[in-house]
Amino acid sequence: MGGYILRRCLAGLVTLLVASFLVFLLVAVSGDPLAALKANPHVSPATIQAARVQLGLNQPLLERYWTWLTGMLHGDFGTSTTGQDVGAQLGVRLLVTLRMVVPATILAAIVAVLIGVMSAIKQYSILDHTMTGVAYLFYSTPVFVVAILLKDFLAVDVNNAAGHTVLYTIGQNTPGTTGAWPVFTDSFAHTVLPVITLALVTYAGWSRYQRASMLDVLNADYVRLARAKGLSPRRVLYVHALRNALIPITTVIALDFATIIGGALITEIAFGWEGMGRFLLGGLTGPVSPDVYVVQAWLMVAATAVIIFNIIADLVYGLLDPRIRYA
Amino acid sequence: MPEPQPDPFGHSFMPEGAPHYGEVIGGAPGTEIRGSGTLTPAELSSETLTPDQLEAAREGLTIKSRSQLKMVTDRFFHHRMALVGLGIFVFLLLVSTIVPVFWKYNYTDITNQFGTGPTWQHPFGTDPIGHDNFAQVLQGTATSIKTALVVAVLATVIGTLIGAAAGYYGGWADAALMRFTDLILVVPLLAVLLVLSNKFSKQANGWVFVALLLALLLWTYLARLVRGTFLSLREREFIEAEWAIGATDRRIIFRHMIPNAAGVVAVNATLTVANAMLIAAALSFLGLGIQPPQVDLGSLIAAGEGDATALPWLFYFPAIFLVLAILSVNFVGDGLRDALDPTQRIRT
Repeated sequence: MGGYILRRCLAGLVTLLVASFLVFLLVAVSGDPLAALKANPHVSPATIQAARVQLGLNQPLLERYWTWLTGMLHGDFGTSTTGQDVGAQLGVRLLVTLRMVVPATILAAIVAVLIGVMSAIKQYSILDHTMTGVAYLFYSTPVFVVAILLKDFLAVDVNNAAGHTVLYTIGQNTPGTTGAWPVFTDSFAHTVLPVITLALVTYAGWSRYQRASMLDVLNADYVRLARAKGLSPRRVLYVHALRNALIPITTVIALDFATIIGGALITEIAFGWEGMGRFLLGGLTGPVSPDVYVVQAWLMVAATAVIIFNIIADLVYGLLDPRIRYA
Repeated sequence: MPEPQPDPFGHSFMPEGAPHYGEVIGGAPGTEIRGSGTLTPAELSSETLTPDQLEAAREGLTIKSRSQLKMVTDRFFHHRMALVGLGIFVFLLLVSTIVPVFWKYNYTDITNQFGTGPTWQHPFGTDPIGHDNFAQVLQGTATSIKTALVVAVLATVIGTLIGAAAGYYGGWADAALMRFTDLILVVPLLAVLLVLSNKFSKQANGWVFVALLLALLLWTYLARLVRGTFLSLREREFIEAEWAIGATDRRIIFRHMIPNAAGVVAVNATLTVANAMLIAAALSFLGLGIQPPQVDLGSLIAAGEGDATALPWLFYFPAIFLVLAILSVNFVGDGLRDALDPTQRIRT
């Protein structure tokens, strides 16, 4: 097992290294950081040349890649065009995004398991059909449509009914809030809607997996045996069936990480959070586009996270299912 | 690495390499019998029956042959939700392409009605600039569907070819192609698209570029599925026979293996249409997809968002059309998968 983890991590590092080169190329072809300068008729060619040298754009591509890569290994992610340290910004914004992604993932997983298991136990019942319909609907609804519905229709009604702002729709907190408790409640009120949005579009697919895997298990021979030998239905359901039916969903959740990041990116922008999503979008649509260091750092963080979650998915699968052996 | 499950609405898990519909249908015990079987002469002796009676008996007892395609279409057309989905999708496609020809406003026309609600003159209302929202939503629907269909066709061709090459040739070709596929999956799709479309979607005819970019990134899943199918097909006797008689690789791949992977490809292509619509709309919502004056449903929703409380029709008409389009395609994909699943029977 230890050897397997080591090998997976090494393979992950190699993938990451290759990915870093692709990311670098991707950003290099996606736009010219000097485009804004060149478009300005009042900027002399000498100034443009000076900027090119200052940004290191006169060096060959591979040399620029090497400078960036070695800098990153020393923890230096570069400086954004607004003069901020990209590494420090990443840390702050990652925390903001995680505040949305982690609760949303947990909420979606719990809801998906509950609904999936109930649908499977009561297969073809009204409950099952209703839940299938609802899951289809959310599976087919873009995350920003859910976000707009919640913030511009639901939140407005709730806030009007309450007479004051209960559900915040813009930003991740109110600037200037002080004190531990006020900050906590304020953050919570800002987090409710984005988390629900992200959880709703995420749970839909997962609940279908959970239903399918629960049905598979319920029709398995060992469950029939457990029933036949007279175990209580409750024990069969929770101890024998459910435990095994939970194995596939763990992998699905871990592997869906890249999709959740995509959903979080849009949710963040819809709710005006200053997280990773706005960071990337700002780096792409800002006055200097692309803000090379910002975009590259963003893509590297995302790639690292996806690789880690892929390894976790494999390991969790092996831990939960003893039939899987890692040689 | 365990496979990400293809599509969560499957009734059962489809492990890599499992589905090869073409062979199982008809051959598996308990399914329809293929070919025509008549009773033996001993059972239907002409001595005991007149020729007319004999003919009648043969008619009744003959088992009609049913081709695989017929069985699949039969199952599909008995799938109520799939039919409803197909109906809605065709309806949206026709309405969005035909009605604009007759409709009194073009999507770029500016009327003197600013931000009015739905009326007989403007059934979906107008936006603050005076655009007729009905014309805009139809144009947006057409663009979204057009983009998604182009993506699905291109991604399916790329994915099938790469998956086929990897699965058929195996060895280093397989390793190289699959590592390349993994690499594409490592960076979140939406982020890569944002970076690329920032540059490319600003061109005129932006939807073509958006479609190309999406297709270049959405083939990965299908490539893995086709590879899995090919790996299992390689071991089958009928492929071995082809090798033995000296058939060329091209003949084996295109005449024998791809037709047997057609089910996987068809289901995946359908789901790619839905996926492409979702992602293209997200790109437009973030302002990096299709650029004005062109519209698609995502950009219309983004434009409607600002006035969602005051002029809600600018938000909900494009949103309803987008959700309907995606939902209908998902239903079709689901029905197609059930129809291609040899263990499914027609329930009447």
